[in-house]
Amino acid sequence: MMWVWLWTDIMVWGLVVALVAWGWTISRSPQVKAQWLAIFRSKIAMASAIILLFYLSIALLDSLHFRLALPDQTPGQERQYAGQTTSALDWVFNEIRSQTERTYSAPFALKEHSSSIVKDEAGRVLQQHLDLVHAGAHLADPSQRASDITQKSLFAVAVALALSGLLISLHLAWRARALGRRFGEQAGLVIKGKADLPWRTAYLTFSLGLVILAWLYYLGHYYHVLGTDKVGGDVLYQSFKSVRTGVLIGVLTTLVMLPLALILGISAGLFRGWVDDVIQYLYTTLNSIPGILLIAASVLVMQTIITNNPQWFETATERADFRLLVLVLILGLTSWTSLCRLLRAETLKISQVEYVTAARAFGVSRFKIITRHILPNVMHIVLIAVVLDFSALVLAEAVLSYVGVGVDPTMHSWGNMINQARLEMAREPMVWWSLFSAFVFMFILVLAANLFSDRVQRVLDPKNN
Amino acid sequence: MMAYIVRRLIYAIPILIGVNFITFVLFFMVNTPDDMARAQLGAKQTTPELIASWKAERGYDKPLFFNAEQPGLVKLSDTLFVEQSLKLFVFDFGKSDAGRDIASDIQERMWPSLAIALPTFAIGLITTITLALLIVLFRATVLDTTAMVIAVMIMSISGLFYIIAGQVLFSKILHWVPISGYEPGWASVKFLILPVLIGVFAGLGAGTRWYRSIFLEEINRDYVRTARAKGLSEISVLFKHVLRNGMLPILTGVVVVIPSLFMGSLIMESFFGIPGLGSYTIDAINAQDFAIVKAMVFFGAVLYIIGLILTDISYTIFDPRVRLS
Amino acid sequence: MFMLSVGLMAGCADQWNQPYTDEAVGSNTLFTAFSAPPKHLDPVRAYSSNEWQIISQILEPPLQYHYLKRPFTLEPLTLTEMPSVRYFNAEGEAVAQTAEDLAYSQFTLNLKPGIQFQPHPAFARDADGAFIYFPLAERQAAQLRSPFDLPELATRELTAADYAYAVKRMALRQNHSPVLDTMMNYIVGLREFSEQVSAERADQPREAFFDLRPYQIDGVEVVNDHQLRIRIEGVYPQFMYWLAMNFFAPVPWEVEQFYAQPGLVARNINFNTFPVGTGPFYLAENNPNLRMRLVRNPVFHEQFYPESGLAYNMPDTLLRDAGKRLPLLDEVVYTLEKESVPYWNKFLQGYYDASGVSSDSFDQAVQVSVSGELDLTGEMAEKGIQMRSGIEPTVFYLAFNMLDELVGGYSESQQKLRQAISIAVNYEEFISIFMNERGMAAQGPIPPGIFGHLEGEEGVNLYVHDWVNGEYQRKSIDTARALLAQAGYPNGLNPATGRPLQLHYDAVATGPDDRARMDWMRKQFEELGIELVIRSTDYNRFQDKVRKGDAQIFFWGWGADYPDPENFLFLLYGPNGSVATGGSGINSANYANPEFDRLFEQMRNMENSPERLAIIQEMLEIVRQDAAWVFGMHPRSLALYHSWYHNVWPNRLANNSVKYLSVDPELRLQKQAEWNRPVVWPLWLTALLILVLSIWAVSAYRARQQQRIQPQSSNTGGRNA
Repeated sequence: MMWVWLWTDIMVWGLVVALVAWGWTISRSPQVKAQWLAIFRSKIAMASAIILLFYLSIALLDSLHFRLALPDQTPGQERQYAGQTTSALDWVFNEIRSQTERTYSAPFALKEHSSSIVKDEAGRVLQQHLDLVHAGAHLADPSQRASDITQKSLFAVAVALALSGLLISLHLAWRARALGRRFGEQAGLVIKGKADLPWRTAYLTFSLGLVILAWLYYLGHYYHVLGTDKVGGDVLYQSFKSVRTGVLIGVLTTLVMLPLALILGISAGLFRGWVDDVIQYLYTTLNSIPGILLIAASVLVMQTIITNNPQWFETATERADFRLLVLVLILGLTSWTSLCRLLRAETLKISQVEYVTAARAFGVSRFKIITRHILPNVMHIVLIAVVLDFSALVLAEAVLSYVGVGVDPTMHSWGNMINQARLEMAREPMVWWSLFSAFVFMFILVLAANLFSDRVQRVLDPKNN
Repeated sequence: MMAYIVRRLIYAIPILIGVNFITFVLFFMVNTPDDMARAQLGAKQTTPELIASWKAERGYDKPLFFNAEQPGLVKLSDTLFVEQSLKLFVFDFGKSDAGRDIASDIQERMWPSLAIALPTFAIGLITTITLALLIVLFRATVLDTTAMVIAVMIMSISGLFYIIAGQVLFSKILHWVPISGYEPGWASVKFLILPVLIGVFAGLGAGTRWYRSIFLEEINRDYVRTARAKGLSEISVLFKHVLRNGMLPILTGVVVVIPSLFMGSLIMESFFGIPGLGSYTIDAINAQDFAIVKAMVFFGAVLYIIGLILTDISYTIFDPRVRLS
Repeated sequence: MFMLSVGLMAGCADQWNQPYTDEAVGSNTLFTAFSAPPKHLDPVRAYSSNEWQIISQILEPPLQYHYLKRPFTLEPLTLTEMPSVRYFNAEGEAVAQTAEDLAYSQFTLNLKPGIQFQPHPAFARDADGAFIYFPLAERQAAQLRSPFDLPELATRELTAADYAYAVKRMALRQNHSPVLDTMMNYIVGLREFSEQVSAERADQPREAFFDLRPYQIDGVEVVNDHQLRIRIEGVYPQFMYWLAMNFFAPVPWEVEQFYAQPGLVARNINFNTFPVGTGPFYLAENNPNLRMRLVRNPVFHEQFYPESGLAYNMPDTLLRDAGKRLPLLDEVVYTLEKESVPYWNKFLQGYYDASGVSSDSFDQAVQVSVSGELDLTGEMAEKGIQMRSGIEPTVFYLAFNMLDELVGGYSESQQKLRQAISIAVNYEEFISIFMNERGMAAQGPIPPGIFGHLEGEEGVNLYVHDWVNGEYQRKSIDTARALLAQAGYPNGLNPATGRPLQLHYDAVATGPDDRARMDWMRKQFEELGIELVIRSTDYNRFQDKVRKGDAQIFFWGWGADYPDPENFLFLLYGPNGSVATGGSGINSANYANPEFDRLFEQMRNMENSPERLAIIQEMLEIVRQDAAWVFGMHPRSLALYHSWYHNVWPNRLANNSVKYLSVDPELRLQKQAEWNRPVVWPLWLTALLILVLSIWAVSAYRARQQQRIQPQSSNTGGRNA
C-alpha cells in the first residue's frame, strides 16, 4: 500500500489539526468556553452537531487515499502499485462498489428496471426483465426476499445498537470521571435530561445514525439499497462518495476565504486612507460582476489550464481532485467580499473605541492592536459567516454542476447526481432513486448545518444578548 | 443629492473599467480569437483563410492590451481592450460575434426576464412579509416554532429539487400548466405561474425568517409596549407600528436587488425555456460569444451600481436622519 | 395566488397546459421544435443540419433528392431536366469523358419558366419601376420586427442570373462560405474571381451593399434567363450532388440590396434572419430565442407529391397524398426546446406532432421486437403513436492518432494493439445502453445506403467480428487479449514501465450523460488491463487538439454531405491528414497508407460500377487491417409521430421534406383534449386545507387576545429548548 496525499486531503486534514489546536486554545479561555457550551446546550444544536460529525467522519474517511500494491509481484523487484487511487471509504465499501449491474435497477429490486431481449435455449426471442447479477444472489427463491430483508435488518440494528451502547457507556464513564461522579449517577442525570449538556439527545442521535449506517451498509452487501444508475453503479456508494465533495466544498472554501477577508477587511478598517480605497474598489468591482458569471468564467479558465497540462496528473483521481481544489479556490476568491465588508465596518467601529485609540496613543504596535483588540472582537462575525456559508456552499455545488462549471464530471457529487437525474425523471416508469438519494443525503446535511448555524448566530450575535 | 449621485456615477467609471478588465483577462485566457472564429464558423471545413478574415472583420486581430507595433501612447490605445471597452461606456454594445445586434437582443429579452423576476420578487415580498407578521402574531407558541422549523427545512432544499419536482407534479401529472415555454403578452401567464410559484416558495424560508427577526426587534421596542398598554389590539399594533417601522430595514435591504431583476434568473430560465437575459448569457458563454458576454457583464455591473446608489437614496427617503454627503 | 390564476384559466380552456392557441391547433399547421437557435440562415454560410432544416423549406437549389426512392436519387427541382454534362479539352473542343486531354466538364442547367420568388418588400416597385422600400427611411425601419410588416409586397420570376449571383456571393471572402475553398478547386475561374472581388469588397464599408452583378466568373455563364452553364475542372461527377445543396440556391440581388440598409441592419433584419427564395414556404416570423414560423408561399410553383418510387418494404400509406399539389401544410411552427425532458413530455401530451429525442426518453417508447426490429411499447401504441426508423448515412468512430508513438504506426504489433482495442470496445453494448438499440455496429467507414457498403457476410470486418448464424458476432475478449499480448502488452502491462499501459482518451464533456459514457469507455479498456485516462474538454479545445495531432484516442463522427463513398473514404485519405495540411484536413486520424491513397485517387472520380466496388472493398480491407479507427456505429434515426401526422419518411439528405407532410387538425384537437384533462381534486383539497388552517388561526388568535389580559413577558419566543 502506498499513501497518496491529494491536495484536498492535505487541506482538510490540516484543517482538522488546526481545529483541534484551536479547540485546545479556546478551552483555556473560560469566556469563550462558556459561549461554546451555551451553543451546545440546545438539544437541536447538539443533534445537528452529531449529524455534522457523522458527515465529517465520512468525508475524512474518504480523504485517506492510497494505491494498493498489485498482486503477483515478483519478489526482489520494485513493488508495483495499481494505477487506481482508492480511499479508505472505497476500501470499506469495496464489495458494494464492485457489485455493478448492467443498467438501472430500483432499490431492493432483484430484476433490472427495463426489459431486454433474450434468446432462450430453443432460440426463441423473449422480452423480459433480466435478473440482477449481484442483488439477491444469495436468495434461493425471490419470494424469500421480504423475510430475508427483515432478518438482515434486525441483525444490522442489533449490532449497531450493541456498538453504540458500548461507545456511549465509554463516553459516560469518561464524563463521570471528568466530573468526579459515579457512573450510575451520571447516567441517571443524562436520562433525566439534567446533565450539563443535552447528552441524552446526543446519545439518541448517535445511536440512530449508527443504526441507519449499519443497516445501509449491511444490506448494501446483499441488495442495491438505493438502486443502481444507468451503467449499473450502486447509488448508495455514490451517495456516500458525494459526501466528501459536499463537505469539502463547504469547509475548504471558508478556509480560502477567511484569510483574505480577515486581512483585507481589518486593514481597510484600521489603516483607512488609500488602503481602504483600494480594498473597497477591489470588492465593489468583484461584487459588480454577476456572481455566477464570474465563477463560470474562472472555472472555465482553470479547466483549460488543466486540459493543457495533462502531465501534472498521474491518475484521473488526482485530476478530478485538482479541479475540486480549483473550484474551492475560485469560490473562496469570489465570496470573500461580503465578509470583508462586514469586517471593515466592525473594525472601523472598534478602532474608534476609546481604549483602542488610547492604546494607539501609547504607541502599541498595530500588530498588537489587531491581535489583542480587534481580532477577538470580530471573531463572532467570522464564526457566524462561516457556519452560514457552509450550507449555502453545499447547495451552490449542485447548481454549479448543473450549469456545467462544478466539480469534474467523473467525480461523485450530489450536483452531478441531480444533473443526471433530470433525464431519469422523464422516463416512464420514473427512475426516481438517484434524485431521491441525492435529495435525502443533501437535505440532512444542509438542514443540520442550518440548524446549527442558527444556534451559533443566536448565541454569538451580540444583538441577541 | 444631485451632486452625490453625480459623484457616485463618476466613481462608477473605474469600477466598470475594472470589471471590463477582469472579463477580458478571464475570457481571453480560455479562448484565443481563433477559437472564437472556429466556434462561430462551424465545425465543418474551416480554413485558415476563413478564420483570418473573420477576425479582421471584428477587430480580433489586434493585440489584447499592448500593441508594440504602434508608436507612443497608441501602443496602449490601439488594442482590443481599449477598442472594445470604450464603446460600452456609451452603451453601444455592437454586434454579437454571430452577427446579431446586441442592444436590440437585450431589449427584446429583457421583458421575459422581467416577466418572471418581477412577480417572483413582488409576490415573494408580500407573501413573506404576511407570513412573518402572522408568525410574529403567534410568537412564542407552537405555531411559531413549527413555522421556523419548516422555514429552515425549506431553506435546506436545493432549488433544483423544487424545479424538478414542480415540473413533474404540476405539468406532467396534474396537467395544470405547460411544462415549459413562453409567449409574449398576456398569454405568458400560464407559462409563468409555475416558475414564479417555485421561485416564491424557494425563497419563503429565508425571507420569513429574516422579516420575522426584524419584526421581533421592533415589537420589543418601548413605543410598541406603550401602544399595547393603551389597549390596542395585537393586530393593529402589528400593522400600525411594527409593520411601518419594520419596512425601513426591509426596503433598504431589498432595493439593492431591484435593478438586478433585469438580469433574469439563469436556472429558472433555462429549466422553463424562457427566452430571457439569464439564458442569453449562459448561451453566450457556451457559444463563446465574447461580444455578448462582455456586454452582459457590463450591463450587470451597471445595474449593480445603480442598485447601490438606490439603496443610499432610499435611506434618505425613509430615514430623514440620514443625509447624503 | 396560484389557485386564483389556475381558476381563471379553467374558465378559458379545456386544457390548461395548452402552449398554443386553440385556433392554431385547429388549423392546418405543423408543430415541431428546434433544439438550438440556428446561427445562420443565409445559404452562403449555413452548413449544419439545424440550419438546413429551416432554409431548405424556403430556398430551392437546382436539384433535390427524390423523397421516397432508395438508394438516394437526384431529380430536378427548378430545372426542366437533369443537367447535361459535356467534356472539353483545353482548346474548347468536345471530347469523350475518358479522353487523355480532357480539361473541364460543362454542366448545362435549364430552368423551368415561370417560377416566382416569395412575395417580399424588396421586389416592390412603384409605377415608375423604382423600388418602394429602397431607400427606406430609418424611422420606418426602426419600427419593423420583420420585413413583412411593410405593406407592399411583390414578386419576381426566377432567372439563371440569380443562381450565378449565389455563386458570386459564395466567392466573396467576407461572406465566410464554408465551401468556398473546396469549390475553388472545381469551378473554373472561381479562385481568381474570389481574390478580385474580395479585395474590392474590403475597401468598402462593411455594412454597405456590394453589387456583384457587374463581375463575371469565368466558369459560370448565364446563357439566357433560363439557361446556366457551369464549367468544372477535370471530371467531377459528385458536382451533381453539390447542386442539390443550399449553397447553390438562388439569391435575388434586390433582396441583398434591400437588407443592406442601415435601419434594417440594426433591427436584425437581413438575409441571415429572413432569407428569400422560391421554396414552398417563407419565414414569416423569426425569433430564434422562442419560435420560428414558416407560412405557405402563395406563389409557389407547381409541384406534386410523387406517385411512385416507393422503395421495398415501405408502407403504401406513404402514397395516400400521391399527385396532390405541394405543400400540403399551411404553416409550420418551430418552437425552441433546448432540453430534451420538456420536449419529450410535450410530445407525449400531443403538443408536438413528432419527436426525435434522446435515448433516455425512447426507453419508454421503443423496444426491440421479436424480429430484432425496433417496435413501439404497448403504451405508445395505445396512444396511436407511430414510428419510422432508418439507418442514417453517418458513421461514429473512435479514431487513433496514427502519428502517436503508442497507438499509431503501421507495424504488425501496432496494428494488433489497435485491433485488440477494436474488439474490446464493444459498440453493440454501447448501442444497447446509450442508444437504446438505435444504431448498428459499423463494419467499416461506409454506412448502409451508400454505394460500397455491403450487407451480410460480404460486409463483415473479420478483424473484429465473425459471421455466425446469419449475424455479426463480436470476437471474444480473449481474442483481444491474445492480440494485445502479441502486440507486446501481455495482460495490458507495458513492459517499458512495468505498469499497466496507459492511454489517453480525449472527449467532449457537455451533458449529464457524459460521465456514464466515460465510465463505460474506461470499463472497456479495463477489460484488456489498459488504463484509460480520460481528458474531457469543451468542443473547441477538443477540435484544436485533434487538428494539431495532440490527441491520442478520440471519438468523432461524420455525416454524409452526399451519398457517395468518396465522401466517407476521403476521411482516411493521407493528403487530407490534419497534421499534414496544417489543421485544415479532415483526416483527423492522420491515417496515411500509400496503397489506400493510390486506390482512393483511382476510385474517386469513377461512376458507380462493379470495378469501383471492387476497389472500394480492397480499400476497406486495408483500413480494417490497419484498424486506424474503431469503426463505431451507424446511428439509426427514429421519428415518433402522432396518428394525425402523415407522410413521415426519414430522409437525411432530402432536407426539404416539410412540403410533403400533412396533418389532421381535428384529430389532433380531440386527442390533445383527451390526454390533457387537468386533475382538479388537489385544488379543492388545497382550498379546504387553507380554509381549515385559517379558521384554526383565527380562533387561536382570539384565544390569545383573551390571554393577553395578563401582562406578558417580552420573550422573543422560539428559543429552542
